[in-house]
Amino acid sequence: MTIGSLIGILITSILIENYIFSRFLGICPFLGLSEKPSTAVGMGCAVTFVMTISSAVTWLVYTFILVPAGLEYLKTIAFILIIASLVQLIEMFLKKSVPSLYTALGIYLPLITTNCAILGAALLCIQNEYNLLESIIFSFGSAVGWTMAIVIFAGVRARVAFSETPKCFKGTPIALVTACLIAMAFAGFQGVELPF
Amino acid sequence: MTNNKPTLKARLFEGLFDKNPILVQLLGTCPTLATTTSLQNGFGMGVSAMAVLILSNLLISLLRKFIPKQVRIAAYIVIISGFVTAVELLIKAYLPELDKSLGLFIPLIVVNCIILARAEAYASKNGPVDSMLDGLFMGLGFTFALSLLGAIREILGAGTLLGFNVMWPSYKPMLIFVLPAGAFLTLGCLIAAVNAIQNYAKKKSGGKQ
Repeated sequence: MTIGSLIGILITSILIENYIFSRFLGICPFLGLSEKPSTAVGMGCAVTFVMTISSAVTWLVYTFILVPAGLEYLKTIAFILIIASLVQLIEMFLKKSVPSLYTALGIYLPLITTNCAILGAALLCIQNEYNLLESIIFSFGSAVGWTMAIVIFAGVRARVAFSETPKCFKGTPIALVTACLIAMAFAGFQGVELPF
Repeated sequence: MTNNKPTLKARLFEGLFDKNPILVQLLGTCPTLATTTSLQNGFGMGVSAMAVLILSNLLISLLRKFIPKQVRIAAYIVIISGFVTAVELLIKAYLPELDKSLGLFIPLIVVNCIILARAEAYASKNGPVDSMLDGLFMGLGFTFALSLLGAIREILGAGTLLGFNVMWPSYKPMLIFVLPAGAFLTLGCLIAAVNAIQNYAKKKSGGKQ
């Protein structure tokens, strides 16, 4: 493992295999919360925070508890429970120690448990056979990519709201068509070959 | 709202069209977009989710009087993920090809909002038979939408349906439809079409209401 491969993982997870536009993870909050750029930023921060921590914890649990016990097939159940309790813990911790961050992220935290991006990141780290550091970098990069996508999308949607759309396309359909156009732009990263 | 129990036919219609989980309620968009590159994948995903939905609705409705209100969501998630793991192992054992193409999205059925939404909104309040039927109808609606989306994308994007050529020989497949961008576009247009039909139906019955 070199620094180069870590940077490679970071760039791949942010741009080339962007969570929303190439892996389709975390679409529900992407469509639901992207009407205002400020909400999008809040949700993005909360996701980044939780995703990085939860991937590290699930990796540790998988490697040191599930694998030695031969219970790999229980990973889905174990991971979802870890994520749910972790979100609760983080919420309580932030409420006590960092109230300013809690007020900023507060309403988004409970929503994260059912965000498939978080569980997806935990499962992908195992599937790709990353080590602990690689898992942390990968999930951090994925979350940053997700945040970037949702903030860009929120900006575009704020503009689209002012334009005239056919009646049946109002709301979600036009948002999906917008997402299609952004996805085409992101598809340009697919052919990029990293030098490391 | 009437107190009469809706007939089975009405409920089937509700699951497939009026309250279609994807096209109207917009639940579970992630697997919808990711797995519908072909009719086969979309159908496979739909059926897997339907199996989990029926079984988890049944079990949750049987246990609804024993689960304390405060921890119900956590209990539902454990039940759902148990069934998802079972389905995942079955698919791995008997349909390895489907497992390869759906990949990550089988374990992710756990966080599919449709299943938790039906557990919370229906199975926690109704009897086991009704809940199972609800799971069946909602699951059929989900499968229907996924298959439709998969079929459209496969025909336009590859010129085939279930692997058979269905377009004329000089047809050039529009690759964009099997790429992520095409998923967004197809779903957007489908939902717009549903909206248009609903608007039309409303206009037609507008005089009465």
